Amino acid sequence: MSPDLRVRLGDVELANPIMTAAGCAGAGRELAQFFDVARIGAVVTKSVMLEPRAGWPAPRMAETPSGMLSAIGLQGPGIDVFLQRDLPWLLSRGGRAVVSVAGGGSAEYAELAGRLSEAPGVSVIEVNLSSPNLADRGRHFTDDPAAAAEAVRAVRSGARSDIPVFAKLSPDVPDLVGLAGACVEAGADGLSMINTVRGMSIDTATMRPAVAGGMGGVSGPAIRPIAVACVYEVHAALPDVPIIGMGGVRTGSDALEFVLAGASAVAVGTVIFHDPSACVRILREFEEALGEHGVARVSDLVGAAHRPMGAALGR
Amino acid sequence: MSDFRPVQMRSPVLTVRRVDAYHAITVVAPGVAERFRSGQFIAVAVGGDQSGMLLRRAFAIHDVKPDYGGTVEFLFAVRGGGTAWLAERRSRDLLDIVGPLGRPFPLPRDPVNCVLVGGGYGSAPLFPLAHTLRGRGCRVDFVLGAASADRVFSAITARRVAETATFTTDDGSFGVRGRVTDALPQVIEDARSDVVYACGPMPMLREVSAMAMRHDIPVQVSVEETMACGTGVCMTCVVPVVGEDGITRMVRSCVDGPVFRGERVRFDDVGTIPFDALGAPGWKARGGDDPVSAREAG
Ligand SMILES: Cc1cc2nc3c(=O)[nH]c(=O)nc-3n(C[C@H](O)[C@H](O)[C@H](O)COP(=O)(O)OP(=O)(O)OC[C@H]3O[C@@H](n4cnc5c(N)ncnc54)[C@H](O)[C@@H]3O)c2cc1C
Ligand SMILES: Cc1cc2nc3c(=O)[nH]c(=O)nc-3n(C[C@H](O)[C@H](O)[C@H](O)COP(=O)(O)O)c2cc1C
Ligand code: FES
Repeated sequence: MSPDLRVRLGDVELANPIMTAAGCAGAGRELAQFFDVARIGAVVTKSVMLEPRAGWPAPRMAETPSGMLSAIGLQGPGIDVFLQRDLPWLLSRGGRAVVSVAGGGSAEYAELAGRLSEAPGVSVIEVNLSSPNLADRGRHFTDDPAAAAEAVRAVRSGARSDIPVFAKLSPDVPDLVGLAGACVEAGADGLSMINTVRGMSIDTATMRPAVAGGMGGVSGPAIRPIAVACVYEVHAALPDVPIIGMGGVRTGSDALEFVLAGASAVAVGTVIFHDPSACVRILREFEEALGEHGVARVSDLVGAAHRPMGAALGR
Repeated sequence: MSDFRPVQMRSPVLTVRRVDAYHAITVVAPGVAERFRSGQFIAVAVGGDQSGMLLRRAFAIHDVKPDYGGTVEFLFAVRGGGTAWLAERRSRDLLDIVGPLGRPFPLPRDPVNCVLVGGGYGSAPLFPLAHTLRGRGCRVDFVLGAASADRVFSAITARRVAETATFTTDDGSFGVRGRVTDALPQVIEDARSDVVYACGPMPMLREVSAMAMRHDIPVQVSVEETMACGTGVCMTCVVPVVGEDGITRMVRSCVDGPVFRGERVRFDDVGTIPFDALGAPGWKARGGDDPVSAREAG
């Protein structure tokens, strides 16, 4: 019998736990050339802001061992175009929409949440807390738990109550558990982890930083152990809070690793650039892995790595 | 439209051969061959399934043939780890390819005079274009240039398919010493060219576009910006391009290009965000400077 893949993110149920990661799949349209976007649990959209934004100059990326360094700068058309063009398209294909939002301050976050709540079909709002806080000299919201909490509160108050709000955390913080707790306290229904890890690459031919932004974010399999540790640690501290785990997922067993660490759903990012069909392949591999372990329900496995040795899986 | 969507396939390698300073690989990829239009490219996974090289490498399609149900050929220069790995492929190895990708060269409706300008491996996509243009009754003139003789490839084919073929090398080892742009104005005048097609490094494309504009003829250029996905989802490959509405946007060269109208590309601003680009910090002058730091994700 095939395992029951349904997972819950707060009040929302997904058909399966495999989703795209923000900024690595657009709003699904380009990937739909390679597979049916309705087959995966959800499409997490590129972070959308209120206004159009041009982002960083090129070059925006460099390849790193088992990963990449990127500095895109949240380029996007803004919420109006997103609501007119991208969201309706995704919904028309039967896709589940997790919409990532990025703002420069609480007012912008609240407005984005409000606009998304007026539109039908938004399953989850994910708050990208790694965008620059305009009120605080461009420091990131995650640099300060109070600022992160304020942004989450703004989204929670702006969003319709039946839409779960997930806070997306960066690993580059001194106290991840404290940050996670502050976000949950402020009304986050769940957490997404992890965003890219701060990094840099210098081109030895030009003797200059390889990406125009100087510093960038590292993603891909190179960061997977960091991501798994973050999920494990936060799940241990906040076992009832659903987590979307991500960071370097390349195969079905990588996805399983995140579930065992405590993730209820798993997002695939950079590996999509390597393999545009990655999400459906990973879903298939994940399902096979569950079958091999004789697991009846994904939800039974969430956080299983925290159980003492020999504890039976709830079959 | 659905016929134009790219496919992903594991393609057996048919042949790998040296062509002067380049390598040419032919793979069996019917799904790509039958959809292909001149100017499109493929994105190739390198290093094998567990490779640490995650990003696909983009290569212009040089030729498609009906053999073996549809074969695709591309030419490349060894630059780094990915192309070095590709150069070691042997027949029957499998290559994971995605394609055809990108916006092809627009074709003229009437039989007009076309000059095709290529720099280095930028000549590769011009050959299928030349064949198509000839098939439509167009006059084709080639201007191909490179650093040295061994980097000007398919000179013989160029002479065969074109009315005239002019070659330039930086070191004078083949053809005329100098750059393609030194030879281009004369060719445009002699051939009474109606349109220019160009592929090569950005500085060359900038010069060629400026020349075409001085001659008041349209120019189509194929640009090359670093690409991580080739399919339009990552936003790494942007160039500033002026739209029909006069607004500059940072557009993705993989899906909105790689072919653009030369006069629309803001070559002088490549590698920057022009202040007046849609969504640039100064755009609409929303609250002055934008203290962005690159650590933000995305
Ligand atoms: C649309 C397009 C068509 C191209 N067609 C050809 C062709 O026909 N023949 C050919 O020899 N080369 C072509 N290139 C350039 C080719 O993609 C790079 O030379 C190649 O990716 C280098 O890979 P590497 O692993 O050897 O180098 P590395 O420097 O190790 O590559 C690291 C990363 O940077 C990217 N990268 C490095 N150089 C370039 C570059 N010049 N352009 C784009 N991305 C780059 C790689 O794709 C990879 O993701 C084309 C590029 C584009 C964008
Ligand atoms: C090119 C690129 C763009 C990204 N854009 C965003 C974004 O807009 N919003 C966001 O929250 N995260 C963004 N991310 C981070 C990813 O969603 C993800 O958290 C991170 O890349 C780790 O997953 P991965 O290793 O599977 O890529 C981006 C990552 C990359 C590589
Ligand atoms: S290479 Fe990814 S959007 Fe163009």
